[in-house]
Amino acid sequence: MKQYVILGNGTAAVGCVEGIRSIDPKGKITIVSEEKHAVYSRPLISYYLEGKTDLERMKYRGDSFYDDNACHVLYGTKAVSIDPKKKQVALKDRSVLDYDALCVATGSRPFVPPFEGLETVENKFSFMKLDDALDLEKALTKDARVLIVGAGLIGLKCAEGIRDRVGEITVCDLADRVLSSILDADCAKLVQKHLEANGLHFLLGDTAVRFEKNKAVMKSGKTVAFDILVLAVGVRANTELVKDAGGNVNRGIVVTETMQTSLPCVFAAGDCAEGFDSSIGANRVLAILPNAYLQGHTAGVNMAGGNERLTNAIPMNSIGFFGYHIMTAGAYDGEMIEEKTGSGVKRFFVSDKLLKGYILLGEIERAGIYTSLIREKTPLDTIDFDLMKKVATNMIYSEKDRRKTFGDVV
Amino acid sequence: MKRVYVNEKWCLGCHLCEYNCAFANSGMKDMVLALKNKKIFPRIHVEGDEKITFAVSCRHCTDPLCVKSCIAGAISKIDGVVKIDKTKCVGCMTCVLVCPHGALSPGEDGVMQKCELCLENACGKPACVTGCPNHAIVYEERGERV
Ligand SMILES: Cc1cc2nc3c(=O)[nH]c(=O)nc-3n(C[C@H](O)[C@H](O)[C@H](O)COP(=O)(O)OP(=O)(O)OC[C@H]3O[C@@H](n4cnc5c(N)ncnc54)[C@H](O)[C@@H]3O)c2cc1C
Repeated sequence: MKQYVILGNGTAAVGCVEGIRSIDPKGKITIVSEEKHAVYSRPLISYYLEGKTDLERMKYRGDSFYDDNACHVLYGTKAVSIDPKKKQVALKDRSVLDYDALCVATGSRPFVPPFEGLETVENKFSFMKLDDALDLEKALTKDARVLIVGAGLIGLKCAEGIRDRVGEITVCDLADRVLSSILDADCAKLVQKHLEANGLHFLLGDTAVRFEKNKAVMKSGKTVAFDILVLAVGVRANTELVKDAGGNVNRGIVVTETMQTSLPCVFAAGDCAEGFDSSIGANRVLAILPNAYLQGHTAGVNMAGGNERLTNAIPMNSIGFFGYHIMTAGAYDGEMIEEKTGSGVKRFFVSDKLLKGYILLGEIERAGIYTSLIREKTPLDTIDFDLMKKVATNMIYSEKDRRKTFGDVV
Repeated sequence: MKRVYVNEKWCLGCHLCEYNCAFANSGMKDMVLALKNKKIFPRIHVEGDEKITFAVSCRHCTDPLCVKSCIAGAISKIDGVVKIDKTKCVGCMTCVLVCPHGALSPGEDGVMQKCELCLENACGKPACVTGCPNHAIVYEERGERV
């Protein structure tokens, strides 16, 4: 019987379990979970604070998931080293696990720059884990002033989640715009306006350099008084286990299309991994949940001796703030073609007769049709591009292609 | 696995399938009460132009990307049917972002909904098929596809 070990108990781990079980119903699966919780939907921690979900509904899988898949979970301990020669993992509690195939699914951790005086701040929080959200929740009061450092996805989702439970929220970022990793300058401006209309204050192109208890001194010299500080500057992939074992690591653990690392029998998946991004034709960390599942599943299938390759992963985000929806995908590469619609803006990025990426603000209906054009690298001269710009519809395909996808085999 | 298929040559573009779908999933007994003067949120929709029309609903893909992508773990495939646990959905629309067919859309409450083949509502089999006046929508076995 094969022995599988999975480090981490998030979405990539679940994908890995389901991948293994699609091939091998019997092998022994052991999961090492640093967090003391059964797997939960990490992106829902802001919805939890907003009251749109609760701990029960946040469960990413049903209560019987581990039993149904015959997984043994070690909660509240972590892996400290991998010995790829002996095929063993050492845990913090000094126990050792043997493996035939190992999946590193350790995710990422918050990156906290060395701010001067940070230790003088009493109420400071990260926003990555359920426990972070539960801790933050305890500090929330109706008139608390909140400073969030970082106007990225995590910082802004946190802001949305707590807005109705605090007095005022200021978000600062060294970047000159919100959501700088997924929006261009024009689109960021539109989104910022919407966020401001919903009560958020921004200090952009500016960041805290020093903290004095309840006061932040900004790079610009301004000061911001706060009761609660949330640090959402960025994240770092948890790559150390593989790096220390001599494996190939850049920003993430370098993996092939089968999720194999450079160490034999060691796979990696999710936020800790740097896999192939087909929209740029190179490896990069794609820290999004769908990718964590897809990579985990691919790793699991291959760990169990099956054959699965992940060749069309791309960055893609669907994110809403106060009822306003934003979708982005791929790379913003090549010619930009803009289409203003009644309720929103669409920007398409085209090169080599292919759709490379898009940004949609406000109008997101059937956007998966666009995403599919990027992932499948559909030549744009085989579709009705003018129609595509206006609406995402299956009418853009030829009747023949449509029949193929819709299964009309008559 | 039986699925809903559409023959676009026979589709009249009458949108009756949308109404039958909305009614079947309304949980109500009276079609007039369920739909009259209301904006409907069907799980099937007609696309097309003056010449061609066809109805689109969930393909219950062999390898469903929506299931793998849902950030809430709210979508699963059970006995061949892709289903949403509406209590878990937070309306993030990631399924809309990834569905290559454009087959999901939010319901009136902002929670996502999709075709679940009417297997669990009073209809028991796809209402769009039963009500299609030109038999352009059928429910049959045609083998697996992505
Ligand atoms: C607030 C927030 C909002 C988000 N919103 C979205 C969104 O809307 N859409 C989207 O696509 N993505 C979103 N994401 C990103 C998404 O949550 C991640 O991409 C996804 O959770 C990655 O899954 P993973 O399994 O790779 O890692 P994780 O979910 O981070 O799981 C890794 C686990 O491994 C554990 N671990 C680490 N080291 C060890 C060790 N040595 N031994 C044992 N265990 C270890 C960690 O404690 C952690 O529990 C969001 C993230 C956050 C924080």
